[in-house]
Amino acid sequence: MNKPIRVVSVFCLVLFLALMVNATYLMYVRADGLSDDPRNRRIITATFSRERGAILVGKEAIARSVPSNDKYKFQRTYSEPFKYAPITGYFSWYSQTGVERSQNSVLAGDDSRLFVTRLVDLLSNTDPKGGNVLLTINAAAQDAAWAGLENLPGDAQGAVVALEPTTGRVLAMASTPTFDPNGFASHDFTAVSDLGKLLNADEREPLINRAIGTTLPPGSTFKLVTAAAAIESGNYDADSMVPGGYRFQLPQSDTTIGNYDDGNCGGRRITLTQALQVSCNVTFLTLANELGNDAMAEQAEKFGFNDTSLEDLAGQAQSLYPRDMDAPQTAMSGIGQSSVTATPLQMAMVAAAIANDGDVMRPYVVDEVRAPNLSVLDRTDTQSISKAISSTTADELTKMLVATVADGTAAPAQIPGVDVAGKTGTAQSSGDRPPYAWFVSFAPADDPKVAVAVLVQSSDTSPDEIGGGALGGPIAKAIMEAVITP
Amino acid sequence: MSQTGSLMGFVHRRRRGAELFLLVLALAVGIGAYAAVGLGVEGAVPTDLVGYGGWLTGLIVAAHVTVRIVAPYADPVLLPLVAALNGLGLAVIHRLDLTYEALGEDQHTFARQQLTWMTLGVVLFIGALFLLRDHRVLQRFTYTAGLIGILLLVLPFLPVIGNKINGARIWINVAGFSFQPGEVAKVMLVIAFSGYLVLHRDALALAGRRVVFVDLPRGRDLGPIMAMFGVSMMILVLQNDLGSSLLFFGLFLAMLYVSTERAGWLVVGGLLFGAGALAAYTFVGNVQNRFDIWLHPMDYYPGVSYQPVEALFGMGWGGLIGRGLGNGFPERVPFAYSDFILATIGEELGLTAVMAIIVCYGLIVERALRIALISRDGFGKLLAVGLGSIVALQVFVVIGGVTGLIPLTGLTTPFLSYGGSSLVANWVIIALLLRISDQARRPAPRLEPADDASDDSETTQVVKLR
Repeated sequence: MNKPIRVVSVFCLVLFLALMVNATYLMYVRADGLSDDPRNRRIITATFSRERGAILVGKEAIARSVPSNDKYKFQRTYSEPFKYAPITGYFSWYSQTGVERSQNSVLAGDDSRLFVTRLVDLLSNTDPKGGNVLLTINAAAQDAAWAGLENLPGDAQGAVVALEPTTGRVLAMASTPTFDPNGFASHDFTAVSDLGKLLNADEREPLINRAIGTTLPPGSTFKLVTAAAAIESGNYDADSMVPGGYRFQLPQSDTTIGNYDDGNCGGRRITLTQALQVSCNVTFLTLANELGNDAMAEQAEKFGFNDTSLEDLAGQAQSLYPRDMDAPQTAMSGIGQSSVTATPLQMAMVAAAIANDGDVMRPYVVDEVRAPNLSVLDRTDTQSISKAISSTTADELTKMLVATVADGTAAPAQIPGVDVAGKTGTAQSSGDRPPYAWFVSFAPADDPKVAVAVLVQSSDTSPDEIGGGALGGPIAKAIMEAVITP
Repeated sequence: MSQTGSLMGFVHRRRRGAELFLLVLALAVGIGAYAAVGLGVEGAVPTDLVGYGGWLTGLIVAAHVTVRIVAPYADPVLLPLVAALNGLGLAVIHRLDLTYEALGEDQHTFARQQLTWMTLGVVLFIGALFLLRDHRVLQRFTYTAGLIGILLLVLPFLPVIGNKINGARIWINVAGFSFQPGEVAKVMLVIAFSGYLVLHRDALALAGRRVVFVDLPRGRDLGPIMAMFGVSMMILVLQNDLGSSLLFFGLFLAMLYVSTERAGWLVVGGLLFGAGALAAYTFVGNVQNRFDIWLHPMDYYPGVSYQPVEALFGMGWGGLIGRGLGNGFPERVPFAYSDFILATIGEELGLTAVMAIIVCYGLIVERALRIALISRDGFGKLLAVGLGSIVALQVFVVIGGVTGLIPLTGLTTPFLSYGGSSLVANWVIIALLLRISDQARRPAPRLEPADDASDDSETTQVVKLR
């Protein structure tokens, strides 16, 4: 009987080898694929139970994990939830947003830059810790931005972005209404789920970061782009005489468009500076019509329209300047109407580019990635995206904008002893909604440290230019002061 | 004596010292794992480590001493392998107990119960070795064992004591205890098959029609295999227990093949198995579902494939070295302490431990088949092959099922899983294997006249036994 016993032995050997090969395949080869399955709750729980890294503004941790007494071991807390919610986003059992999402691998401790830390943790058998993320945010500027939005009258919706023109660092970013990320970080998952449903159903859209996620007609602030295109064409400078007057007749149409106050902007022929100072619609409708769709689109795209540039935060909407507009639409685009839309971030980039001799810098929110022991692992490099305008054009525009603040519609942003460059805007949208008030500015004009864009949509917005400046101007002023004043 | 030995050929050494050394290693695995569970889950060495370790050591030492006394030539590797697996299983069940308690379930004392069952198993192991001095005695009980085996299989269908748990009617309730009679039945059936086949092997080995190099059995000899096939199908259809059905039929086929040395039986058995599987797939909805879940587990998650997919996630997460005892989430897998205990081990101790466990089972099977090779009597050979095949098939079916190699069927992992009936039956299987190996490895009896032991001048007569 020994021969068949040997055959049975070989058969058993085959069975056991099959088990071993399959176990290796499952636990070694297929392991990564199984870990990537979004339904794999082990991975989620493990990430959720880890000591997640902090999100830092200066030396203050605006988001950090503190020990909790339940089975998840750590509770994510946000020290200034509403002020920073659009940037930090939230970290919940179900998902993450904002920096919590974009820097998840660092914060969770899985990033390859944390390899050495992880190895040490493994060898010393300590629980892995996440790395820290330092933001580019200037705490004083952010305080001013949030205070400005919070103090808006009535049921206001709005957003603010401040950039450092020479680098693209985001110095402040706020949005209202917003939400409390602490609610999402709760370990009571039913409550988290209910909160998510509630906020998603809210028509005021508190979960949206308006600073980067909402596109609206930029109104008169877009006249900066029109003026830039005009000067870049080589036919104009700050002192060129341009058409003023009461009304502009749209091409291929009987419709005429007047100025906001039904005035004549100070004459039939005025300087380009004066046109910007009084925000003369007729002038910029004429210029856009003359430059044409291609030239206007090209200039807009150089400033960053029709593209996204921010990599640190998800949810950036594209600011649009359509390339297929007909003549009347193109003329209307010169004053930031028709199909032109922009985010506050985009308008801040326009201001920052003018402040930075025409160089558009890529905006960024994450300054440094740090190991749990706070040693710096990585620092974001500044990067120039495009050359929007020549430095001569930038100088001309700066002169005009300084004049607009010193003696024009943007007067609310005046700072004693400092040359401020700025422009108001008021955009009409559909009749039943209040108009949008815009304000873009930068300061000091001779050595720009900060460029700001403010968007306010409020029932109290008056439909005229000065009204727009009255809402946005003080906020922009406060932010600029916070950055300039040491 | 030594001269005789060299003339007789190879004489096995007792190797009890080696067994003792291996047992120390096995105890280190069991007690070490228990301490690691305490450190991993509660952050401190368990306070009852000494008591627990002492009890485990006492059981193992008792088994070892018994082997020294009544089976001194027995195989030295089997007992340490079993001790290591049983100890590891206890630690892992204890680890799950702690988690279930932390999750707010009532007091979980599976590990304590398992230790009680292990104690009973070791007592039966010792008793079997003491009472059964020669395995050939069992041959007398061929038909009795067969009858008991069948009765045990039928027991779950009896009205009062029969019990259906988790869809499988394989349990009986006696005096508050749940018991799976099938676990004992398989030992009984191996004894019955061995006794029957060793008597009828010559008749069953007669060749019938020859088809492509293989002599098929004669049609009139198909009775036994058809009967066994019928029993297997009944287990499948009535008890809804795919695993046991496969186990019994595979076991009978292996023993039939070994006893007759006819590959033709494998052909017949394979055809029957194929037909049975096809019929089961076509007519038994449960089998079809399991097959579908096996092929596309991710499509049914988190529905009916919740259990196997959670096991896959767990083992994948464990990776090469595992998360460490107490650092995984094995409680996510339903029945992590019984059928899916290997998923728990994979998650927390990694591929390394899974490989080690598969090798341990492989060694148990290898020792069993080696015992069969060197056994001097046909009954012993068949018994050892049968017992080895049970372990091999059961391990393949359950580990293959948990790791997704084959469709999932409910069977316990020998010595690891929580479950008293299985544990006790497996300890008896090991006792039987040790008994056969003691007989096989024992030096052949000196066949010389008893009266002239003093007369050294005469050359010892050599009688060839085989």
